[in-house]
Amino acid sequence: MRVADKTIVSQSQEGVRVKKKIKGFLTNNMVTIMFLILGLLGFLIAGMSPFLFLMDIVTRVSRNSFLVLSLIIPVMAGMGLNFSIVLGAMAGQALLIFVTHWGITGLPGILLCMILVTPLSIFLGYLTGKLFNKAKGQEMIAGLILAFFAQGVYELIFLQLIGGVIPMDNRVLIMSSGVGVRTTVDLSFGLKYGLDWPGLTLGMPTLLRPTLPWVLSFFGVAGTGLLIFLYFSKKMVLSRLKLIAGIAALAAVLVFSINEMIVGSQVNLIRVPLLTWIVIAGLCFFIYFFSQTKLGQDMRSVGQDRHVAAVAGIQVDRVRIIAIMMSMVMASWGHIIFLQNMGAFSTYGSHEQIGLYSVAALLIGGATVTRATIGQALLGVFLFHTLFIVSPSAGRQLFGDAQVGEYFRVFVAYGVIGVTLAMHAWKKLLEASSRLEN
Amino acid sequence: MSEKNLLEMKGIGKTYFGTQVLKDINLGVKPGEIHGIVGENGAGKSTLMNILFGMSVIHSTGGYDGEILIDGQNVEIFSPLEAMELGIGMVHQEFMLLPSYTITENIKLNREELKPNVFSRLFGQNIKSLDFSSMNAQARRALDKLSISIEEYVTVAGLPVGYMQFTEIAREIDKSNLKLIVFDEPTAVLAESEASSLLEAMKSIAQQGIAILFITHRLDEVVEICHNITVLRDGQHVATKGRKATDVYELAELMVGRKVEKMTRQKKQVKKKESLLQIENLIVHMPGEEVKGVDLEVFQGEILGIGGLAGQGKVGIANGVMGLYPSKGKVLIGGELLKLNNPRVSMSKKLAYVSEDRRGVGLLMDSSLEMNIVINAIQNQNRFILKFGPFSLLNSRSIREHALKMIKELDIRCTGPAQVVKHLSGGNQQKVCIARALTMNPGILFVSEPTRGIDVGAKRLVLETLVQLNEEMGMTIIMTSSELGELRSITDRIAIVTGGKIAGILKPDDSDVDFGLLMSGQKSRKGA
Repeated sequence: MRVADKTIVSQSQEGVRVKKKIKGFLTNNMVTIMFLILGLLGFLIAGMSPFLFLMDIVTRVSRNSFLVLSLIIPVMAGMGLNFSIVLGAMAGQALLIFVTHWGITGLPGILLCMILVTPLSIFLGYLTGKLFNKAKGQEMIAGLILAFFAQGVYELIFLQLIGGVIPMDNRVLIMSSGVGVRTTVDLSFGLKYGLDWPGLTLGMPTLLRPTLPWVLSFFGVAGTGLLIFLYFSKKMVLSRLKLIAGIAALAAVLVFSINEMIVGSQVNLIRVPLLTWIVIAGLCFFIYFFSQTKLGQDMRSVGQDRHVAAVAGIQVDRVRIIAIMMSMVMASWGHIIFLQNMGAFSTYGSHEQIGLYSVAALLIGGATVTRATIGQALLGVFLFHTLFIVSPSAGRQLFGDAQVGEYFRVFVAYGVIGVTLAMHAWKKLLEASSRLEN
Repeated sequence: MSEKNLLEMKGIGKTYFGTQVLKDINLGVKPGEIHGIVGENGAGKSTLMNILFGMSVIHSTGGYDGEILIDGQNVEIFSPLEAMELGIGMVHQEFMLLPSYTITENIKLNREELKPNVFSRLFGQNIKSLDFSSMNAQARRALDKLSISIEEYVTVAGLPVGYMQFTEIAREIDKSNLKLIVFDEPTAVLAESEASSLLEAMKSIAQQGIAILFITHRLDEVVEICHNITVLRDGQHVATKGRKATDVYELAELMVGRKVEKMTRQKKQVKKKESLLQIENLIVHMPGEEVKGVDLEVFQGEILGIGGLAGQGKVGIANGVMGLYPSKGKVLIGGELLKLNNPRVSMSKKLAYVSEDRRGVGLLMDSSLEMNIVINAIQNQNRFILKFGPFSLLNSRSIREHALKMIKELDIRCTGPAQVVKHLSGGNQQKVCIARALTMNPGILFVSEPTRGIDVGAKRLVLETLVQLNEEMGMTIIMTSSELGELRSITDRIAIVTGGKIAGILKPDDSDVDFGLLMSGQKSRKGA
């Protein structure tokens, strides 16, 4: 089964092969390439200052990445895009309300939220997993509808029961009637920036808040070291071409950040929420590590073919429930991270769009219903938010109205989900017809 | 070989919903023995294996009769996992492989080698890391036992089927407690050279003291490698023969042998054969029933039977011609080329089809009988409708008249034309399907599995209807059926499909041996 010796392959065949490879790459990454171009065009048309863009994108990427990463494990287990993360988001939000009520602030408050939300989201994940096992193959639509259903339960609890059945005496949080949580919850002077800016309440504003150039240069050095280590330790992992390309990219980052530091430009004003980044990096590492474990392997097996996995003795239903439970816990944490950065949230609305927007971001990164990687999730968050940042100003430049850009952005968020699902089906169709040709 | 039996199945019987599908099967296999099990579809081979594997279909439908002994111990197997623990392995007919995994990952599926890590101390067994180097080494060892040189780190997707098959076998061999392997039609998908190396591998496995149950319909292979051969027919144990004591011809006869009930039909005067439909190199991509290049000629006014075992592609032919599954090739109707992959075009060329999938494709189960009869004519021929400018309405009077006529002609037992078809019996539903096809005034009628799932009396009526149509209206009928008996009772010629191709065309009164041989993928004696 060795690949045929390259010298035998004639030039023309080589050419055809390369052409096919390029064509395959383009069709496989159509969505990502399209959004790369859209983002770049938007950026150019908007005429934005790179500084403002960088500042915005750093905030948004660190805010949203954790949530999007929470979608990966269900995809691995073959359950598609987990729209039910909205339930996890609700749980996270509920805990934020309670912890705000208890008056615990800053990093300890956020940690308390995360600890307490875990059993709750495990429970919600268990129920959701049970439901999904009853609706195999329809998990996505089941998740969407479940989110609508859960919205009703959530509203019942926070509009009627809190202050009524569940006592909560809090002038700021509870409506003047004494029943129900107010429509907006303000986290400032409380949990706001609890993770992003842990030194804020301690009077040490720069604690764990390094500037962007410092962080980038650290990445540049560490990344180069890692690449070289990988190249020399296991030759199979990294080709020389990839090594050179990787080092070149990292060197560019390094040069840029050192230059900014020397020049002392505005970029030095951008501060990185280091703790949040560490948490995100930790999750990335965990997902990677997890995929190499027995349970991770079981999930991938179940994801590829439930029947084969079952015949091999894997408890398919159990594995699927665990996948949803993990995703749910991650989603609840992700939403807490999201909201502590926002600093305020709409009690009955801020979780609603989470599922759709996270799924859209993941898909933009090039993921499909059956395959999603960490890289795709991070790239997707970057591209999705790039579009969010540039489209209002691009809209104003093009049509004299920022609102047009806004419309476009919403259109894109929903459109990408539809288009990607359609493309997934279309690709399957193409595969079927090419099988017929052979 | 005087050792004790490794596996013994005594008096095994199984009833599904009141129908006896297996009756009093006895089977004994010694260590190192290759035991062949042959039989037609529906002979009970797979039910027998499902019992051996404790598949849930068996236990959810009331279990089985008789007993299974392994190493002389009476065992009851309730799940595939228990079967595995008892040392029974299975090489499945359709591959149980995960295509994006490497060969190693597939061989070690759910039996991965693990090593502890920091987290596994906290969260237990499930979170241990996979130990790929020892997994690779063990996979290599299993592949070497089969003397296969393929690298264990190659992904399975895109491998030739032969290698996939060997991966499956290596997975079973790798199990340390393996005592018995079941090979379920392993050579069905293989090319000849691959098949022969598979047979070699089976022999060497048997020499290592592992017993083999070899299920197949390729009789020459059975005779080549098996020590003993059991023949099943219609759920009954027909015979168990030693290899020396039998040959391919006897096995073929035992496998097919059943009395053929010839229907009374007057012999047609031999007219000048006029070719009506020509099929050239037809390829149909119908999952489970792939057609891989069929050439067939159908003559005016005949009943042509298409027979063969399930999964060989016989059902795919009609589905391909009618445009229901993606297909390519050349189909000529009266010399005119038919555009494929478009059911509407096929129907406009006076082809009509009674599907094998009566409940799924064949009928609108919740609609009335009369609607079912006329729907195709309404959609394709604009009949039974009244036109008012851009609007069209159903012409309920003509629909009713036509339905009543059909009910009378085909003797459909119903409460009236407005009855919902799902409340009709299977046989009458089938007649509704035929009535719909006839409403299209077809030149050629394709009928697939017309008697599937209907009771004996109704079967006869349906078959008689077909004969009547042929004799009185001169309709050309192409009937596909898994029941050789019924094909032989009403058709003029029978084409046997094997491996997606026409293996040969026989006359209904040719011998059982010839049919048996053709269906098992061999040339008939006459051809040889």
